[in-house]
Amino acid sequence: MSLAEPAALPVAAAAPPRLHIATRFSARLKASLPAYLLLLPSLIFLALFTYGAMGRVLIDALYQRATPKAPLRFVGLDNIAAVLADPAFTGAVVNNLIYAVGTAVPSIGLALLFALALARTNAVTSALRAALFLPVLIPMVAASALFLFIFLPNVGLLDYYIGRLLPVLPNWLGDPDIALYAIMIITIWKNAGYYMLFFLAGLQAVPEDVMEAAYLDGAGPYHRLRHIILPELKPTFLFVTVIATLNAVTQVDHVFVMTKGGPSNATNLVLFYIYQQAVEHYDIGMASAATLLTLAALMVLTALSFRTMANREGGA
Amino acid sequence: MKLIDKLYKDAPLATRNEITPKLGFLLTILLALAWLIPFLWMGVATLRPASDGINLMAELMPSLKPTLDNIKDAWEIGDFPRYFLNTTIICTGILLVQFVTITLAGFAFARLDFAGKTVIFYLFLMQLMLVPVLLIVPNLRLVAQLGLYDTLAGVMMPFFASAFGTFLMRQAFEAIPTELEDAALIDGASLIQRIRHIYIPLSIPSFSAFAIISVTSHWNDFLWPLMVINSPDKRPLTVGLSVFTATAEGTQAWGTIAAGTLMVIAPLLITFLIFQKRFISSFVTSGIK
Repeated sequence: MSLAEPAALPVAAAAPPRLHIATRFSARLKASLPAYLLLLPSLIFLALFTYGAMGRVLIDALYQRATPKAPLRFVGLDNIAAVLADPAFTGAVVNNLIYAVGTAVPSIGLALLFALALARTNAVTSALRAALFLPVLIPMVAASALFLFIFLPNVGLLDYYIGRLLPVLPNWLGDPDIALYAIMIITIWKNAGYYMLFFLAGLQAVPEDVMEAAYLDGAGPYHRLRHIILPELKPTFLFVTVIATLNAVTQVDHVFVMTKGGPSNATNLVLFYIYQQAVEHYDIGMASAATLLTLAALMVLTALSFRTMANREGGA
Repeated sequence: MKLIDKLYKDAPLATRNEITPKLGFLLTILLALAWLIPFLWMGVATLRPASDGINLMAELMPSLKPTLDNIKDAWEIGDFPRYFLNTTIICTGILLVQFVTITLAGFAFARLDFAGKTVIFYLFLMQLMLVPVLLIVPNLRLVAQLGLYDTLAGVMMPFFASAFGTFLMRQAFEAIPTELEDAALIDGASLIQRIRHIYIPLSIPSFSAFAIISVTSHWNDFLWPLMVINSPDKRPLTVGLSVFTATAEGTQAWGTIAAGTLMVIAPLLITFLIFQKRFISSFVTSGIK
């Protein structure tokens, strides 16, 4: 992760000793001009849609409109307080936490299984990898359209094939106790093949001679996994966990298509809540406050993961 | 187990008699087959005649009297050619602008030294985590203020700068020997000429990896275009499909939904099956950032 190199400082000895510091600074800026020009197109769009957007969220979160036509009124932290007091928001946060853990753990576990099983390359493993990777490529909306039928009560694929074994057929998407788990299945189906790729790449870093030595020493599959492969895959786990968490917060297309957050808010996730506040209730203040809280949570997470990565690098 | 044994004949000698890896492999085969079931159902249901009725809709055995009626119906109900065109315009537009922005920025980070390089580098780095989809509320307001609400340009704009693409190009450019550039410098080539004639031609693999990632992700985008686009004739495939699904769901026309879904995902799936290796390696690169 040593992506950044510190910009080389101007060599002090090379500069004339009497030169005023401001002159030196402006000379340095002048020398940097070509780089700034090259960066300008990217910086304009980053300024507008990333950093400017964060600034606007911060400001919007402090203002409130009583009605859509009323003038803006400064309300300070009232929006934040209102969002935190809104049971729909806290419910969405809880749902999102359950959803994040409930999708990340199984999909990462499956991804590891797939990668271990398909690490060797031949025609059969390539075909299996492709089969597991296909869901990654299709839009979440298309996956949702297919799973709408899979979960359809009575006539759907699940009930048709498996539901007959159960005494009572559940309404997969209609039962508030089940719906969140039903949409998790789609996410696991869609993401496991993606995470598999990173584990496949990670497995290539496992030194072959160490593995061979382990074979010769008679280490069984469990010991090889526990003591050689898993330690080697630690960075991959960390990376995939970050990606899976980001996915859990940012992928909500299936909620839109399948449940609209229902039944009774059982599948409401944070991003869907933000969308509802902004587009359905026209409440920019609330939407911005919720966005701000989510961004803060994500930035803490990012900082933590960077620290973990930096520590790991520092130790190595 | 015979088949598994056969597939395991190229495994390391010591593992040939172990049972656990074989069980894991068997489980993976079963799961891979399960992973394909939604696709299988989509294909079978697309070709199933309406006369089979709702009770056979979930049957995975193909109908003996396949029909193209569902595809015809889906084609007539949804404006798929239009959605297809809109998505193509969006993906191409984003990609073309990105090529310019990431080439210039990638070169600056790879080969130039300038004041504030570290700070600016971190500004880019942070964009990787601050995913645009989270900033939909302020970005929608900005797009509206710029007069781009309900336009394809409004859908494209937030993605014109790409931190990931910049890092990818930075890495590619750094791998190019400086001697090549020095030679061009002696010949009096300008900065842009050097980028154009040395750096870009030698980085085609990185550009194509980036193109695959960029197109796949924007092809599949839903929430952002849903918010920006209002007119039916400007909908991309994903938004079109969701409206189409909602309409057909009411009439229980599951064969038509399957056909519509098939039409939407077929282009990417076919491209993937042709360029499998390239896709997979691009996706792996995308993670290494």
